[in-house]
Amino acid sequence: MSKSKFTTIGRKILMALSGFFLMFFLLQHLTINMLSVVSPDMFNEVSQFMGTNPVVQFALQPVLIFAVFFHFIMGIVLELQNRSARSVKYAYSKPGTNSSWISRNMIVTGLVVLAFLGLHFYDFWVHEMTVKYAGGDMTGLINPNDPNSGYRYYEELVMKFEDPIRVIIYIISFVLLALHLMHGFQSSFQSVGVSKGKNFIKKFGNAFAIVVPLGFIFIAIYHHLQH
Amino acid sequence: MNLTLKIWRQKDAKSPGKMVTYPISNIEGHMSFLEMMDILNDELIEKGEEPVAFDHDCREGICGMCSMYINGEAHGPDRRVTTCQLHMRMFKDGETIHIEPFRANSFPVVKDLMVDRGAFDRIQQAGGYISVNTSGNTQDANSLPIPKADADLAMDAATCIGCGACVATCKNSSAMLFVSAKVSQYALLPQGQVEAKDRVINMVNQMDIEGFGNCTNTGACEVECPKGISLDNIARMNRELIKAKA
Amino acid sequence: MSTLDSKVPGGPLKDKWTTYKDKIDLVNPANKRKIDIIVIGTGLAGGSASATLAEQGYNVKAFCYQDSPRRAHSIAAQGGINAAKNYQGDGDSNYRLFYDTVKGGDYRSREANVYRLAEVSSNIIDQCVAQGVPFARDYGGLLDNRSFGGVLVSRTFYAKGQTGQQLLLGAYSAMNRQIARGKIEMYNRHEMLDIVKVDGKARGIIARNLITGELERHSAHAVVIASGGYGNLYFLSTNAMGSNVTAAWKTHKKGAYFANPCFTQIHPTCIPRSGDYQSKLTLMSESLRNDGRIWVPAKLEDVKAIREGKKKPTDLSEDERDYYLERRYPAFGNLVPRDVASRAAKERCDAGFGVNKTGEAVYLDFKSAIERYGKEQAKIHNEENASAQRIYDLGKDIVEAKYGNLFQMYEKIVDEDPYKTPMMIYPATHYTMGGLWVDYNLMTTVKGCYAIGEANFSDHGANRLGASALMQGLADGYFVLPYTIGDYLSHDIRTGAIPTDTTAFEEAENSVKDTLDKLVNTGGTKAVDYFHKKLGNIIWNKVGMSRNETGLKEAIAEIQELRADFWKNVRVPGGTHEVNRELEKAGRVADFLELGELFAKDALTREESCGGHFREESVEIDGPQKGEAKRDDENYTFVSAWEYKGLPSDAVLHKEELKYENIELKQRSYK
Repeated sequence: MSKSKFTTIGRKILMALSGFFLMFFLLQHLTINMLSVVSPDMFNEVSQFMGTNPVVQFALQPVLIFAVFFHFIMGIVLELQNRSARSVKYAYSKPGTNSSWISRNMIVTGLVVLAFLGLHFYDFWVHEMTVKYAGGDMTGLINPNDPNSGYRYYEELVMKFEDPIRVIIYIISFVLLALHLMHGFQSSFQSVGVSKGKNFIKKFGNAFAIVVPLGFIFIAIYHHLQH
Repeated sequence: MNLTLKIWRQKDAKSPGKMVTYPISNIEGHMSFLEMMDILNDELIEKGEEPVAFDHDCREGICGMCSMYINGEAHGPDRRVTTCQLHMRMFKDGETIHIEPFRANSFPVVKDLMVDRGAFDRIQQAGGYISVNTSGNTQDANSLPIPKADADLAMDAATCIGCGACVATCKNSSAMLFVSAKVSQYALLPQGQVEAKDRVINMVNQMDIEGFGNCTNTGACEVECPKGISLDNIARMNRELIKAKA
Repeated sequence: MSTLDSKVPGGPLKDKWTTYKDKIDLVNPANKRKIDIIVIGTGLAGGSASATLAEQGYNVKAFCYQDSPRRAHSIAAQGGINAAKNYQGDGDSNYRLFYDTVKGGDYRSREANVYRLAEVSSNIIDQCVAQGVPFARDYGGLLDNRSFGGVLVSRTFYAKGQTGQQLLLGAYSAMNRQIARGKIEMYNRHEMLDIVKVDGKARGIIARNLITGELERHSAHAVVIASGGYGNLYFLSTNAMGSNVTAAWKTHKKGAYFANPCFTQIHPTCIPRSGDYQSKLTLMSESLRNDGRIWVPAKLEDVKAIREGKKKPTDLSEDERDYYLERRYPAFGNLVPRDVASRAAKERCDAGFGVNKTGEAVYLDFKSAIERYGKEQAKIHNEENASAQRIYDLGKDIVEAKYGNLFQMYEKIVDEDPYKTPMMIYPATHYTMGGLWVDYNLMTTVKGCYAIGEANFSDHGANRLGASALMQGLADGYFVLPYTIGDYLSHDIRTGAIPTDTTAFEEAENSVKDTLDKLVNTGGTKAVDYFHKKLGNIIWNKVGMSRNETGLKEAIAEIQELRADFWKNVRVPGGTHEVNRELEKAGRVADFLELGELFAKDALTREESCGGHFREESVEIDGPQKGEAKRDDENYTFVSAWEYKGLPSDAVLHKEELKYENIELKQRSYK
């Protein structure tokens, strides 16, 4: 099989660790986004900090990008390996009797989330990179020449959610992310060998999987309806 | 009961196989699934056809030899039983029953419903033992007390019968439940500690060499395992591997 | 008649084994590498022997017909393994274990062998624990024991209801270690079809590769037969479907005497047969008799009503029930030895009191146990006015904790809830005490050919006690054979590898090939199972739990007829060079058809009742034991060892007289 220097277990542990990191990132992302509902000013402040702080930009951001790439590339590699471990398929199989659809289709939910990430990158990240590093505008202001024009982040966020189609795509993606997390959360703990408190992890994971994506959806709908 | 059986027929390891349909009648609910297969074979022999080859031996659910994938599930629709303990009362009159061999590249088909599970033996040979010679002078059995809770958990893991239902069921053909059961049994006992690191590394390496898929924690293996081996064993093996590599 | 030399060493019983071991010839480690040993079978005996011999340095070739050595039928043993550890401080000792085994075997086993068995029993437990066998433990972390099979001490070690499985997996793990080291070459899915003798010594085997169908020649300096018992002679038994006598029988045909074939154990607590299609019987652990009470209705009209479904067993009041074991054997009650319990069930069913459709079932009732435990628990919990339901619930919990897995197994098979309605049980063939005759070294009458475990006859006499089979298999394989075989092999260090291109191998292979060809070319019309079932019926009815002269003579004639019919009319589809399950079965049934006759002949010759062998002509006429089995020590204190002479009917009887120097022979009484 694979000549990778990681064992099958090593790979799944790495999958879990990158998963943990991404889940932590999600939580942080949600917290900042929530500020946009509470106070546009605070949201702008924090966005400017995150967008210009060198530690965030040159240490955390590359790690994040690496984790995202690692997680989905490894996910696809594992899926391909797993599929090739049974070349003659069953003529008749009832997997629904012993496992959940969610757990068996992480690749499906994962790929949808990945596609969304593409859109998301295009919407925000590519834009940010262009403004900041290609255009050299590190001010974060609506009008870089007018210090009183205020930060642009809140404005941009609100603008994106004006388009109802984008909001719908956003909602669908987060529903699938929720499904991905429902299995992914508890699965990560299992992979790194935590079996104590299994029931709690499962319940907590389900709550996490619902609350976090719901938060994002709420923000999208909130801004869509507000403006 | 009258039933329609759709059974995988394959002459030998090299030949291609296909599903073949056989009607069967006068089946009673308290027959075991394999007794139903015996009746089918008797009829085939009478007609001068080749009987269906399938593995079976003890017929009381402990040897782990029987291995069919029945109606889309390893060992059929009942829980906590092997195929030989599955009874026909689980099926309805007129039903169509699909019978296939356990499928995984690491379990090549030998003939019809028989598969080669030698990979399991080779994994055990890679480290599924405690290196102690037979001498008659090992220390007294009671010189090393073992907490009952640990002994019980080791026993639960040790009840694995090596049938391969976990692999057959797993969408990834992963052998993690099987391997982790053995790793866990020894990891839980003081006697197993000395070789614990080498054991888990060697057994996992061999598992990978055999070409089993990766575990994605769907939990299907635990549900279909005739002995109810717990997923906790997989978590324990993951822990053991981290400890061994760290 | 020649006398057999058992080679039992002299000296006091207690010191025989130690002294003998000290004087035995050894093979030095460098020479062991030049010596090959073939082991047939990978159960407790074969597996433990293979592993130990390989550890010592011999080159071992192990064979099993299953797809892995772990599947040998030892795996199915439930109850436990005896050892005289005296951990419970109840006065157990090697002598007591020895005494119980000889008495339980109805004084038809060899004293020195049994004492040695008792002596090494403690080592087995130490060895298995060191291997990581997860025996049951108490809350202090020490090993737990239970009392088993009506003995007076608690000496049985167990691992839930799967002791055989755990011990076998222990031996299998020891084998795996040696396979990994290259010291054991493992041949799965291979069946031994003949033994090869060169200059009168066992030097190899002919084995069939069950996947390709090819015949293979394997040579060695010694051959160990560890192929288990022949209970499948009865067709229906608690043995695995593939369990067979072929390896032992082929060895018998090449000169190994077959001892006491008629000593068979019929286990009292099995799930009754439900119809003609039935392929095997399932054993329920004997431990159930510790709490269950066995009964049938006292009146025939109740039996009739129950069979017709008009009455339920729970409808019968206490005085409408006949607790026949408690009635006949007030001292031991439901805990009488296996042979006695089995015969008593048969006696009631023959008298028309069987409680299921086939008329072959008795009740095993836990109602009293649930009530007793419930009251105990209520007392413990200070519930003075507990309702009947509460008492039942409390009691049920206890019974569930003790026997839950067995009850569940019963419910899966029978589809009745044994907590609510009494279980039905009936005796079934379980173990064969007879087997290849061996001397103190476990060598058969063929030089260099050994037999261990259930395949030999040595330790259980006419009846085996519960939890003793596992003990014997492991004793032979771990602690006896590896020493005694060295004595023989020490003379073989200059022999060099045995070539397989000799006439002896060629002749053996050709004869096996001829037999296989004959089987696939018979062109008959009847499936192998047809003959096997017929043979099983004859044996069950006429050489089963009770035997008489007329029946035995009829059985012999019927088996002869059936054997002739088999070779004319059997149909084996497929060819010899492929996976052919029917061909495998046909070969095994052909051997059973020969053994069956010798089995009946042995039973006919032994005109006494002892252990599992009950001759209706030999019962107590008077006195308190009236109607019970009567042993004839004056005329039958010997081992019957049969020499093959072409046909079973021509087999010649050799007697090994049994001398009891350390035990006084007594009639067993369980009244």
